[in-house]
Amino acid sequence: MDDDSLGKPLMLEFRNLTLGYDLHPAVHHLNLVIDDGSLVALVGPNGAGKSTLLKGIMGQLKPLDGSILHPSVSRNEIAYLPQQSQVDRAFPITVEELVSLGAWKQTGAFGRLRMRHKSRVTEALAKLGLSGFEKRMISSLSGGQMQRVLFARLLLQEARLILLDEPFTGVDSKTTQDLLVQIGEWHRQGKTIVAVLHELDQVRRYFPLTLLLSRQPIAYGSTNEVLSPENLEKARQLNEAFDENAEFCSYV
Amino acid sequence: MYEWLIAPFVEFSFMQRAMIGCITIAVSATPVGVFLMLRRMSLTGDAMAHAILPGAAVGFMLAGFSIGAMTIGGIVAGCAVALLSGLVSRFTEVGEDSSMASFYLISLALGVLIISVNGSQIDLLHVLFGSALALNNEALLLLGSIASVTLIALAVMFRPLVMECMDSSFLRSVSQLSIYAHMSFLVLVVLNLVGGFNALGTLMSVGMMILPPAIARYWSSRLDTMILLSIVMAVLACYIGLLASYHAAWPTGSAIILTLGAVYIVSFVVGPKGSLMRRMATQKHKHLSA
Repeated sequence: MDDDSLGKPLMLEFRNLTLGYDLHPAVHHLNLVIDDGSLVALVGPNGAGKSTLLKGIMGQLKPLDGSILHPSVSRNEIAYLPQQSQVDRAFPITVEELVSLGAWKQTGAFGRLRMRHKSRVTEALAKLGLSGFEKRMISSLSGGQMQRVLFARLLLQEARLILLDEPFTGVDSKTTQDLLVQIGEWHRQGKTIVAVLHELDQVRRYFPLTLLLSRQPIAYGSTNEVLSPENLEKARQLNEAFDENAEFCSYV
Repeated sequence: MYEWLIAPFVEFSFMQRAMIGCITIAVSATPVGVFLMLRRMSLTGDAMAHAILPGAAVGFMLAGFSIGAMTIGGIVAGCAVALLSGLVSRFTEVGEDSSMASFYLISLALGVLIISVNGSQIDLLHVLFGSALALNNEALLLLGSIASVTLIALAVMFRPLVMECMDSSFLRSVSQLSIYAHMSFLVLVVLNLVGGFNALGTLMSVGMMILPPAIARYWSSRLDTMILLSIVMAVLACYIGLLASYHAAWPTGSAIILTLGAVYIVSFVVGPKGSLMRRMATQKHKHLSA
């Protein structure tokens, strides 16, 4: 073990991890360690198992094989932003109320929302450029504004590990820029961030580390090395449809 | 005026009981209905009513016309359908609409089978249309208990329930409560439907659960106001419906639900939030800033 890895305790470890649906693996035999404080882009073709991996980390999907370990953080120190379409935008709730749900760790299901939570909501909204939006109903927000609101909720969660599933899909470029700044700030604060992304230029500019996944890991490491033309081509070729006739895996 | 509007409730204890019973249902079932509507599950209320019917009928067959037996039968059948369909949809890959429809049909068919094999004649009309004007103490006590349980449960699980409705993946990411919030909510739906069938009949109790929230949606876009408004609306409809039923000798359940139906039609035409009029009158707009 070299000095570098001694200095950085691990945040996430996948041991021979296989995740999937209905016996078919979406992530196949992943062995990987992600250090504490890493800023990782999770990249791969559609159907490569990126969202599945995030669900696995959240414990929402049980591994078919292997395990996921995060020994230094408990579950309530992990924040997860799923793809935007999962929020019911017609629900009658204000921006302030939605963001305040991020204080769940303190309030729990039944605790009262105190003044300090409310002032943190105001701060978080100001930070994401949404001062004055407190009383607006979420149904009146644009896609970009909604994503800022969800990032404000993430701020309140004060998580040490943050998982983002396609955070910039359907979001305007100004908002994307502002959210990238926020992600950079989390990184400087020492938080670990894993984000599913599609724009490779964006990944190259803002994310020091990349995991290229195509149901099986293609490469993990410094972004420039991982996103080589050869690796990207390999990822494309590996991502074939499920083979119904595939034998049961006997990997040990 | 007094003769028409107040006197029936002063003079006759059956009218007082009917009013108390209906108010109790209004206070209890409509908040549950608001969440049903927000989860786009309004038709689930209807499906659950079918699921309850056979349980109540079996209760009647075993113990005669006993509110206790019919209630227990209804609760057992309703909860079984709710829990089974919830569990099947969570642990398999097919949605809850399909599992719920399947289980309520099984429940209904089973009920009909049991009744016909035993050759019992059940006054299904009573179960369908209730008898608000014949509520006894036992029935009022039952309604009161169900309302208490419902309101306490809603108060306790308000936050998880809102999260489960609006963004269940977020709730699942911060706690394990999602499945419990969903299941206990379905149990509340069952309890209120069962409670309602004595006073209004199963079908009418579904109406009390679904119509007031549907009305309130056109008048408010805030959750708390929506809940309050639905309760007020339901109580008013009970009063008007009972009066109509008293003076014109109409069936009580129908009178109450038709009152709500009339308000619903007015609401989706002229209500301030997303009604027809509102959509047509979008010519005016405001400046960007003050």
